[in-house]
Amino acid sequence: QKVSVEVLDHLEHLALVDFRDSEGVERLQKAIQFADQLHEVNTDGVEPMDSVLEDRWCLYLREDDVTEGNCTKQLLENAREKVEEYFVAPPGNIPLPKLEEREAFLQGS
Amino acid sequence: LAPWIPVVGLEIHAQISSNSKLFSGSQVQFAAPPNSLVSFFDASLPGTLPVLNRRCVEAAVMTGLALNCSINKKSLFDRKHYFYADLPAGYQITQQRVPIAVNGSLSYSLCIDNKMSQMVTKTVRIKQIQLEQDSGKSLHDDSRCQTLVDLNRAGVGLMEVVMEPDMCCGEEAAAAVRELQLILQTLGSSQAVMAEGQLRVDANVSVHHPGEPYGVRTEVKNINSIRFLAKAVDYEIQRQIEELENGGTILNETRAFDSKLGCTVPMRDKEGKQDYRFMPEPNLPPLILYDAKSLPANMNHQQVINIDWIHERLPDLPSVKREKLVEQYGILPEHSFTLLNEDGLAEFFESVVKQTQMKPKRVIGWILNDVLSYLKQHSLTVKESPVSSFVLADLLNLLEKKEISSTAAKQVLAELWKGEGKTPLDIVKEQKLELLQDQKELEQICQAVIDGHENEVIMMVLG
Repeated sequence: QKVSVEVLDHLEHLALVDFRDSEGVERLQKAIQFADQLHEVNTDGVEPMDSVLEDRWCLYLREDDVTEGNCTKQLLENAREKVEEYFVAPPGNIPLPKLEEREAFLQGS
Repeated sequence: LAPWIPVVGLEIHAQISSNSKLFSGSQVQFAAPPNSLVSFFDASLPGTLPVLNRRCVEAAVMTGLALNCSINKKSLFDRKHYFYADLPAGYQITQQRVPIAVNGSLSYSLCIDNKMSQMVTKTVRIKQIQLEQDSGKSLHDDSRCQTLVDLNRAGVGLMEVVMEPDMCCGEEAAAAVRELQLILQTLGSSQAVMAEGQLRVDANVSVHHPGEPYGVRTEVKNINSIRFLAKAVDYEIQRQIEELENGGTILNETRAFDSKLGCTVPMRDKEGKQDYRFMPEPNLPPLILYDAKSLPANMNHQQVINIDWIHERLPDLPSVKREKLVEQYGILPEHSFTLLNEDGLAEFFESVVKQTQMKPKRVIGWILNDVLSYLKQHSLTVKESPVSSFVLADLLNLLEKKEISSTAAKQVLAELWKGEGKTPLDIVKEQKLELLQDQKELEQICQAVIDGHENEVIMMVLG
């Protein structure tokens, strides 16, 4: 089952990933096929596991003390642009071009 | 025309009152130099990990218990993904699958027809309370076409309280939020000052005809005070009714409340529904809470949160405080509401009662009518009152002992507001307001008046 153009576009918007060409899309298809093998296992009535630690306590609780911060200069060192100790960003999210507008999209797919 | 039923639900974000952030050790403080309260984790630098702040968990448990919720002994953290400049990680850590508390309720009171004497109690269901991170702050500089980002707020702990759509108008929404605010402040889990962004409210509004399914709802944001909450909700209800009666449709959109214009306007350009791609937060195991029964034997106390221990130490909630005031002092329920509604007023009242022989039922009149109205007129808090409880009690004692009249007492109080350090007795003497108790002296004065007005007396005697 092929991944539709709409789904690919949706994924690119959500994850800011560029599938670029048919080879990238093919790789995606293969990855989905690989993951789909999980469906071969019957998991009816089984609670999904998201931690091998299960119910054993191990989420460390930190005391409410101030131990970090005050490193403005260091943090701003990485910023390409800054204004008086603020990070600078574009006025809003710059939208990806819409599906219809992208000529190079899926060339040769 | 068929009647409309408005439906109002609320999503409230309360900033947790803690020294440090939810997952990092940077400080929580309002109005600090930009990006000075930011750790490497808050800035989402690679190689950093979240470490849960115990105090934030306790705050959420307290709040859950105060709102009659079931506390989930096992709750989970998730990532909610979206792109925005003030969310450096590209996702927010929240509790989407299993939050810390569920299925609670909040009771609040309303005055019918604005008459304080007729109060009715309503309840709103609390769907859940979840722990989550706050985002940073974006300052939009339209002139230079850029956004300035301050991450001081990024990572501060929030409790999101979700209220089911059990409310039907702005007044109910406002009353519910006010009561929640008082509860949070009493618990100390959040200072809940809306003006400082510690309490943010989003309203979900829809309308439908009786018997029909719920209508399309809109989300209203940018509400900065409880007063504006009532206005925003009522405006949106009206807007939707008018739109539908004119044959239009309601879009499932987010709208912002414009306080200057008193209306809601479309906000985000949502390209279809947002897909947040929730996934479990891989860096945080489940949060396990205990109670007296399940308390593990050999464990470091610092690593254990006991729900029952917290329950036992909850302070009296506003509703309980009000009942106690009514029972102890014989005041009316609506009086107790006013006392609790003003920070420090209940304590002021109780302090005066302790220091005077005047009955609480009489004292309350002075507190609510004279003291409170003066403070309101001059925009003063109880703490800033030029007249202390000691001074007021002193004055009321003079009145109680019948050394001055009620009118004179009001006159003295007016003078006391100047805060010149005079005692009530000083002012009474200065303005000669003492009530004459001596029978003989009174007779002499009356006789003098009669003697001085012979003609009038004759006229009166003749009828």
